[in-house]
Amino acid sequence: MLLNEFLFLGALLFCTGVYGVLARKNGVLVLMSVELILNAVNINLIAFGAFRDTIAGQVFALFVIAIAAAEVGVGLAIVLLIYRNRRSIDLTDVDLMKG
Amino acid sequence: MFFLDNAWLTWALPASAFVVILFFGRRLPGKGAEIGIAAVGGSFVLSCAAAAQWIGRGTIGEGEERVRGAVDHTLYTWFSNGQVKVPLGIHVDGLTVMMLLVVTLVSLLVQVYSTAYMHGDRRYTYFYAALALFTASMLVLVTSSTTIFLLLGWEGVGLCSFMLIGHWWEEKDNSDAALKAFFTTRLGDAGMLIGIIILFFANGQSFDIARLNRAALSGGIDHTVLVVGAVALFMGVIGKSAQFPLHTWLPDAMAGPTPVSALIHAATMVVAGVYLVARCYGVFWAAFRVGHHPAWHGISYVAVIGAITIVIAAALAFVQDDIKKVLAYSTVSQLGYMVMALGVGAWTGGIFHLFTHAFFKACLFLGAGSVSHSGSHHSFDMKKDMGGLWRAMPITHATFVIASLALAGIFPLAGFWSKDDILLTAGKNGYNAFMVVGLVGAFMTAAYMARTVYLTFYGEHRGGHHGGQHSAAGHAVDAPHESPLAITVPLVVLAAFSVVAGWLNGFGVHWFAEWTRNEVVVQAHVPEYKFSAPTAALSMAVAVAGIGVGLLYYLRHAFGPLHRATERSSLARAGYRFLLNKYYLDVLYTDIIVGSIKGAIARGAYWVNQRVIDGAVNAVGIGARALARFTYEVVDQKVVDGLVNGTGASAEGGGSVLRRLQTGRVQQYAAFLFGAGAIGALALVLYANQGAR
Repeated sequence: MLLNEFLFLGALLFCTGVYGVLARKNGVLVLMSVELILNAVNINLIAFGAFRDTIAGQVFALFVIAIAAAEVGVGLAIVLLIYRNRRSIDLTDVDLMKG
Repeated sequence: MFFLDNAWLTWALPASAFVVILFFGRRLPGKGAEIGIAAVGGSFVLSCAAAAQWIGRGTIGEGEERVRGAVDHTLYTWFSNGQVKVPLGIHVDGLTVMMLLVVTLVSLLVQVYSTAYMHGDRRYTYFYAALALFTASMLVLVTSSTTIFLLLGWEGVGLCSFMLIGHWWEEKDNSDAALKAFFTTRLGDAGMLIGIIILFFANGQSFDIARLNRAALSGGIDHTVLVVGAVALFMGVIGKSAQFPLHTWLPDAMAGPTPVSALIHAATMVVAGVYLVARCYGVFWAAFRVGHHPAWHGISYVAVIGAITIVIAAALAFVQDDIKKVLAYSTVSQLGYMVMALGVGAWTGGIFHLFTHAFFKACLFLGAGSVSHSGSHHSFDMKKDMGGLWRAMPITHATFVIASLALAGIFPLAGFWSKDDILLTAGKNGYNAFMVVGLVGAFMTAAYMARTVYLTFYGEHRGGHHGGQHSAAGHAVDAPHESPLAITVPLVVLAAFSVVAGWLNGFGVHWFAEWTRNEVVVQAHVPEYKFSAPTAALSMAVAVAGIGVGLLYYLRHAFGPLHRATERSSLARAGYRFLLNKYYLDVLYTDIIVGSIKGAIARGAYWVNQRVIDGAVNAVGIGARALARFTYEVVDQKVVDGLVNGTGASAEGGGSVLRRLQTGRVQQYAAFLFGAGAIGALALVLYANQGAR
């Protein structure tokens, strides 16, 4: 089986996602990048599951998809509230937690 | 086979009754008694149904090998450790079914009886709760398939015995008796626990009794290990079944209420030891080589203990004036019969005697209770407060006499058949000496029962003065009268069983032997013998002679020189005193053994107290003062204050450094997170590579 190719794809997606999370200023795009990271994980899970001939990987991926949906729902709600209060979704402006 | 497969229901019922009585008993109209009676009645019905299904169960094999397969179920795995699993399971065979019937029937009758006998007691509800717990524990004991689960029931009945002997614990004698019973049996239980552990390892790390028996009989266990295990296990029997030399607790246990004596100290708990030997018979059979002639292979340890117990306990029964103590020694002696029977290979005889003895001995105890309840103002002293009661208490009198005759072994009552079976098998198996001991025991039994019956029911009435032993119920002083129905009905039922129970294994009928036979007995080829007229005639003659001698001595004042012998002959006086002091065994145990150990321990403790502890205390005091000064000047002022100040300063400094990290920018936090994750992943990969290399 072409395990390495799948893992490589997963790593590429993960790095893309991490870049997006760290570098983009738009909150919505950050959330989308998080989705990319999660899907990279899903690819790894399914690849390993297929490689070891067990259903557990796919089951886990299904769980991740479900939880990702919930996460993005909450995340978009937060972004929406930030927009409502500040008329902007630039994350560099949101630094109320400054110590 | 519902009732056999679900035999655990028999103990689940009283166990739940215990909880219900404990929490709600006081608020119920019957103060908890109705719950106890209903639960045990239910158990009795279940047991009867189980017995019917057992008798209807198909058999395998022919003739003496005809056997019904046991029902074995694992209910639940208590705990498991590696490969070792400790299951809680039930094992139902003929022996179990017989025990189920005996325990539930006697328990039911005793609970009915107690509604009248214990009426108005301060701890009435508590009494019924303890009885329910006892019944549940006893049923766990007899249905268990493993030694460890059996031990659970074994300790449960021991606890309930302690609670019930000390039921009237306000009197010091009673609580002392309870403690004595508990500690003495505990001494045996320690040995039993060791035996269980030895046999656990010998049996391939399994507590299963059926497997243990098979392994022991097929030679799968080393003989030395088997002997050590069996001797250790038998220590538990000596304690629980009141065998010599640990029998001393049983007569003292009579301090408990009479229904308790009937249930626990006559019919059920004390036969747990006999049951244990019968249940693990493969172990004892193989360890002591019971099946071989003693002249060739040494003597069966079990039989010797049983034989000693028969004679010494029967002798003690002659000098007791307390009717319950006579019956207690009689119980010890009869338990000796059962143990001896198992020791000489009379498996059927032993458990048959257990079966019949439960009925007539419970009847005798309940009869004694009836006498004290309604005839002698709560006294149990035969010489002071009884005599001539037969006219006032016809039912009690009739049932007591029937049960006494059954105990003495008079044809055709129950005790005759079971005792005869034991004597016959002992003789046929070549244990002639033990057969003679059995006959001597039968003679003594008949004689002391004649004495007891005469002193209680015949002659002149000696009661009349007030002031009984247990005036708790507060009866008015009145003439002896018959007891109420709740007392007489159980007496009549038990007396009826004392008459008919023996016929299960009588002339030409061997139902009892056939129903109780199990795979162990068949595998061991334990011999069974049919009724033999000469032995029966011999034992009958001995019993009649015993009664005759007893009656002649007391009624006709025959054997003139023997009367008042204790006043004339110093030798007779010494012998009498020897018996009265119970062979000085109690003195040996409490004054000599416990006393010497206790004295040494006390002196040692005093020395330690004076020198070591006092010295240590003084040293600690002086040291503490010096330490306190040092602490204040150095530790408190400099170190602690310094530390406190230092903590504040370092926290402040640390904070000012760390706050630069807290930019509040989410993406910087994410960068830290991913950076840390990357470092962690790198460390993991390096570590894994190192491990692989």
